[in-house]
Amino acid sequence: MQTEPMAEQLELFGCIQCGKCTGGCPVARKTVLNIRGLIYNMLVEPEVDVNAHPELWDCTCCFNCIERCPKDVRPAELIISLRGQLVESGRIPETIGAALMGIFRQGNPSGMAREDRAAWINGDLTGFPKPVRSAQEGCETLYFVGCYPSYDPRVQVVPRALVRAFTTAGLDFGILGTKESCCGNEVRRMGEAGLFEMLVEENGELIRSVGASRLVTTSPHCFNTFKNEYGLDGMEVLHYTQLIAELIEQDRLKFSHPPNLPGREAEGKVTVTYHDPCFLGKQNHIFDEPRAILKAIPGVKLVEMDRSRERSLCCEGGGGRMWVEGTNLEERLAFQRVHEAAETGAEVLAVACPFCLLTLEDAVKVQGLDDRLQVMDIMEIVDLVL
Amino acid sequence: MRLYNDQRQMTNDKRQVTNPQSAIGAVLVIGGGIAGIQAALDIADAGYKVYLVEREPSVGGRMAQLDKTFPTLDCSSCILTPKMVDVGQHPNIELMTYSEVVSVGLVDWETGELVDGGTQESTDQPANLPTFRVRVRKKPRYVDVDKCTGCGLCAAACRMKGRVISRFDEGIVKRSAIYVPFPQAVPLKYTVDPTACLYLTRGRCGKTFLCKEACPAGAIDFEQQEEFVDLEVGAIIVATGYDLIDPRLKPEFAYGVYPEVMTGIEFERLSSASGPTMGEITVNGKEPKDVVFIKCVGSRDPHAGVPYCSRVCCMYTAKHAHLVRDKIPDARITVFYMDVRAFGKGYEEFYDRVKHERVLYRRGEPAEVYRRGDKLVVLAEDTLLGKPIEVEADLVVLATAVVPRTDAAEVAALLGLERSPDGFFQEAHPKLRPVDTQMDGVFLAGCCQGPKDIPDTVAQAKAAASSALGVLARRQRKMANDQGQ
Repeated sequence: MQTEPMAEQLELFGCIQCGKCTGGCPVARKTVLNIRGLIYNMLVEPEVDVNAHPELWDCTCCFNCIERCPKDVRPAELIISLRGQLVESGRIPETIGAALMGIFRQGNPSGMAREDRAAWINGDLTGFPKPVRSAQEGCETLYFVGCYPSYDPRVQVVPRALVRAFTTAGLDFGILGTKESCCGNEVRRMGEAGLFEMLVEENGELIRSVGASRLVTTSPHCFNTFKNEYGLDGMEVLHYTQLIAELIEQDRLKFSHPPNLPGREAEGKVTVTYHDPCFLGKQNHIFDEPRAILKAIPGVKLVEMDRSRERSLCCEGGGGRMWVEGTNLEERLAFQRVHEAAETGAEVLAVACPFCLLTLEDAVKVQGLDDRLQVMDIMEIVDLVL
Repeated sequence: MRLYNDQRQMTNDKRQVTNPQSAIGAVLVIGGGIAGIQAALDIADAGYKVYLVEREPSVGGRMAQLDKTFPTLDCSSCILTPKMVDVGQHPNIELMTYSEVVSVGLVDWETGELVDGGTQESTDQPANLPTFRVRVRKKPRYVDVDKCTGCGLCAAACRMKGRVISRFDEGIVKRSAIYVPFPQAVPLKYTVDPTACLYLTRGRCGKTFLCKEACPAGAIDFEQQEEFVDLEVGAIIVATGYDLIDPRLKPEFAYGVYPEVMTGIEFERLSSASGPTMGEITVNGKEPKDVVFIKCVGSRDPHAGVPYCSRVCCMYTAKHAHLVRDKIPDARITVFYMDVRAFGKGYEEFYDRVKHERVLYRRGEPAEVYRRGDKLVVLAEDTLLGKPIEVEADLVVLATAVVPRTDAAEVAALLGLERSPDGFFQEAHPKLRPVDTQMDGVFLAGCCQGPKDIPDTVAQAKAAASSALGVLARRQRKMANDQGQ
């Protein structure tokens, strides 16, 4: 592949090779992925063989490099562009291909049937009216559920909890139901620009047609792309933590008793530590609202991990990593992260992202920490005290 | 021709100004750091009157905060304080410390009337330019400077002793509500901090004023009011200095989270023999064995709002590395760099010397600092090795960007100054008129025009003084010519 057109298009010439990108890359320690080196190659070599870089799939798109680059070079966009070349040539890991195909055909990376997308509603949802309103009937707040929250049994508790919370607070909300399709955040990051464009167009049209003034998502990934990449002018785009924190502040949600954690005796107190998801924290600077929610729950003692907020350690779930292990030779970052959480003395590791939830919970089990650490989405905790 | 045995003799031997109150023979210097001090001395030695207005209780500015200066390793106070004393004693310098300029008006110096404000176009006849009427607010010290001997008994007795953050010491240590900023202050007069004094903030200080009781000279006077003085001057030199960027804008370095992470200026105070630790470099009560210096914190970073290079950090970091080596011979010292800019006289040689002192320069801008047990860990890529590295540290020093003072906009508005895109005051021409401004008769000196080291600051101060003297001389000659007709 000729390097010059891409180098020019991505404005790589401004790079001073300071190395802050590779230095802060969470996976650089465990793979040969060296983004600074890749940029340098793009500048000095006339051609680059994209196929010789399988480590391109290791990037989690945490965007540490973009956030920290002093010269605004946006290193991760090079990775996305190079992935685009691989996608076009068809030489991609099988599992990535499967995820993309699932999104294209059935609107979700697991390739599960489109018509089952709203099946999560049929869980145990006592105390609120069924069915959940369809957004097309008109609503103030459009709740975009997302693929994993819709289909993955472990994650489905989160949208149910959100629906309970929204209803308790008297929010005027609706969902797209089976019309909802993958937001495409990961699609763009996996390099499938064409599919992403299609999703932006179709989803964008659908979302606008609802006429809601606000859009709220379960996942920070959906939130990120709707807020920053979709161009939904005139709509307020929120992650659920922002909305729930707002409802608490407006006294529309009140918590009267401490949570009774499943499988543990009621103690009236629980120590919780919060893991900042990359797509919510680092990239969109939302650190305080999730913490405000936790602090509003009686009996919750919030402790911080050393690497919190902007220095939070990526769980390795983003950038397509849910569907590819990559060339990583050493242990997953999630293992390190759950040990960091356990070290704080916390009993609960709270998260606000479906990918963090799955990867960190997996890590807790594999690392044998499940007797002392539980991974829960913030809404799971809120659900216990509503 | 007279030979002077020392500088002080020279400053005492000069022509008296014929009409010191008149604008014809007076210059206002705003800012009492080394730039303002040097400009004031040059003008005063030439026989003209100088009003030196300084907002802090003492002159000295940033240079007074420094330990040693590069590349000579001169003790900063040792070379600065004689000039501070000169400025305090010079018959032609009216030193107005703890004072601020509040308004500047243009005056037609022939009629003595204020003219409409606005920038003057340069004309062929600079002697016809308006002069300036300046209103200065003298802030109340609540101490009678004629009675105060600087003995310090008040500060020792103060109820707030050890509880007020010392800005001069960059927050490393706390002082009393009545204070001098540092022991070599000029003037050595105590000042009551109105934001910290219990009486001034809450209306009462226990049952009695401990400071008043302790003062043998009866110098403390809480009835003091601010005073306003109007000055007539023929030229103004702006020497208001600089600030440093808040390192919390780069949260990856965890400043404010870890006590072991500090800025370069904080390190100066730690290393200074007259500083809070008497020059002992200790962190968490212990001598650091692993010291890491990170340069370009905020500088060269449009992302952080500072696209320019701060010019002094490469050299002061080398100096800091040297100071650590000097005081902690077995320390492991690493300097992370993107570039090393050692451009001045003796600078490259100094950099060589520092490296030979076993200071390891590693190329790569660190990405993050986090804690591992007792140590901090600095994450970076060594770009010359091409791989990510971790370096343990007991102390991390951040070379933070030099930025315009937070009130630069107000000062610019006061004086009709333009600001460059980087926020510093704009010179009339970047190459050919480096000390002039768009406002005739107003000149710039020192870091308020842009980051620079002490040699360049002094050179610019002397240039500004010479330019100001030129304005005065042209007016004097015109006056003489007119009188002769």
